Amino acid sequence: MAVTTEPRQVDLREPAGWRRTKNRASTVLMVLSFVVVIIPLGFVLFTVIAKGASVIGWSFLTSGIPPSTTPLGTGGIGPAVLGTIEITALATVMAAPLGVLGAVYINEYGGKGPLAQVVRFMADVMTGVPSIIMGLFILSIWVLHFGFSGLAGAFALGCLMLPVVIRSTEEMLKLVPDALREGSYALGATKARVTVTVVLPAAIGGIVSGALLAVARAAGETAPLLFTILGGLSVVNTNVFHGADTALPLLIFTNASSPYVGAQSRGWGAALTLIAIAFILMIAARLVTARFARYSQ
Amino acid sequence: MSTISRVDPAVPAGSTRALEHRRPLGDRSFAIIALASGLLVLVILVLIAITTSQQASSWFSAEGFNIFTRDWDPANNKFGALSFIYGTAITAVIALAMAVPVSVGIALLLTEVVPYRWSRPIVYVVDLLAVVPSVVWGLWGILVFAPWLQKIYTDIASGVGSAPVLGPLFGQPVSGASFFTAGIILAFMITPIVTSLSREVIATVPAIDREGAYALGATRWEMIRGAVWPHSQGGIAGAVLLGLGRAMGETIAVALVIGSSPVITSHLFAPGYSMPAVIANEFGESTGVFKAGLMGMGVLLFALTIIINVLARGVVERNARRKRGA
Repeated sequence: MAVTTEPRQVDLREPAGWRRTKNRASTVLMVLSFVVVIIPLGFVLFTVIAKGASVIGWSFLTSGIPPSTTPLGTGGIGPAVLGTIEITALATVMAAPLGVLGAVYINEYGGKGPLAQVVRFMADVMTGVPSIIMGLFILSIWVLHFGFSGLAGAFALGCLMLPVVIRSTEEMLKLVPDALREGSYALGATKARVTVTVVLPAAIGGIVSGALLAVARAAGETAPLLFTILGGLSVVNTNVFHGADTALPLLIFTNASSPYVGAQSRGWGAALTLIAIAFILMIAARLVTARFARYSQ
Repeated sequence: MSTISRVDPAVPAGSTRALEHRRPLGDRSFAIIALASGLLVLVILVLIAITTSQQASSWFSAEGFNIFTRDWDPANNKFGALSFIYGTAITAVIALAMAVPVSVGIALLLTEVVPYRWSRPIVYVVDLLAVVPSVVWGLWGILVFAPWLQKIYTDIASGVGSAPVLGPLFGQPVSGASFFTAGIILAFMITPIVTSLSREVIATVPAIDREGAYALGATRWEMIRGAVWPHSQGGIAGAVLLGLGRAMGETIAVALVIGSSPVITSHLFAPGYSMPAVIANEFGESTGVFKAGLMGMGVLLFALTIIINVLARGVVERNARRKRGA
């Protein structure tokens, strides 16, 4: 009487019909969205490398910037390379220590207090302030009184880097286990000593790596430099603290809108140099993370 | 009786307040330096607002509410900023329309589809978009991308002709450097941040919600619709707002590819202008009220991005807190 039927084989993972079609379509769309991103990225990198590599050489990287009508072959981007390195380094020297100290305040001193929370929140907000505003700010507060200089450009880049360094350092300090702090307090160390000799060294890998990423971003910024270092130089300005200076992003900006082929080619060369600098900093950040990061997420 | 005093064994003889001694000078000064560095963020933000407003004051006083008109004619001392505000808004909207679906798609791909060892390389690649400097996007945009797009725009424009709705949006006039080109470049540039924030938000969806949906027989898509989406929509809204803030403030790439023409038009393929772009392009040659006007647009931009970022961070934080508490 009992009807014994074969147990039907059911595919538990994927139902048939319309539901399966929708599920597969959604997966395809997700993969497609990644492909849509790879194509322009590959296109840009390919163009910059193809057009830049043929231009770049030692003399291109070191000789003076010729007038835009000059055909390719004479002159180069030397002053801009030097300017970018000087200004970015100066910005880092100012922003990195202040950023780390700011993060120390938020994480070690302020804690859950309202002021520390406000500082943290506003640092987040400040990362969203457009870079051109930093240029206008330094123009208003510094350049109008003391004139264009590499230092002014460094101030503007420093303002951009500061909140980024604060937030990345703070994330790293959070990862340092409290047991380390308590251990050193138990030995009678003051809070400053605990912070400087125990907490910061424990997080140093992540802090340096975060700072390097901030530097990589800042090195490519154009808008903050436009109103602070002026650009348009053809020779090296050896004094970072006085007089107009120039940098790679500004040079690219000028040359991109130039109708002359020679200037455009120098623009591509400068673009490749700039991307190479950013990549080197990024790779350095990864190496630092791999080598020194003791606590990570 | 009173001769028996309470003796604290930790206090050495002769000292009454050994454990409450003043913290050493070095310790206190370090705390003060750290506090000052933290406060620097607030000081800079306040100084930005004050100094830039001062420089822009002659624009605000000369034009009054005319700053919101469309008359921009420096030769005749007319400095209405509406066409720049319009350009900023329209390019940001185009950018978001393209970047948000793609970013959420990648975020879902990373969190729900690919195994962990694949997700790291994908994250690196998406982050590379953010490593390409703005000016390099602009250089590529104006010398390579825009000429290529112009052909496509021309084809589309001749295709739609003067059809209703489509004609005014995609018809002639057509230019390689246009609102739409700027929007596309902006989309590339804001995709990394929208992706990474969306991914963070989606990653906070409790595993138990996902497993519950699967246990009820949901497909992956149904699980995303039913478990991931309701949990993450607030956070993703915050991510979108942050992307909007970035898109509005992006300067150099837009300055190179938007076409530098202060007009208000429905034609997306026509050249236009945006607030940051006009500041970057014309500040050097400007004087007097013109210069103050450009500075004033900077003030507007600063105010707008601050509002948007405060809103966005607020949304993200509230969302994160609520989910953690739940």
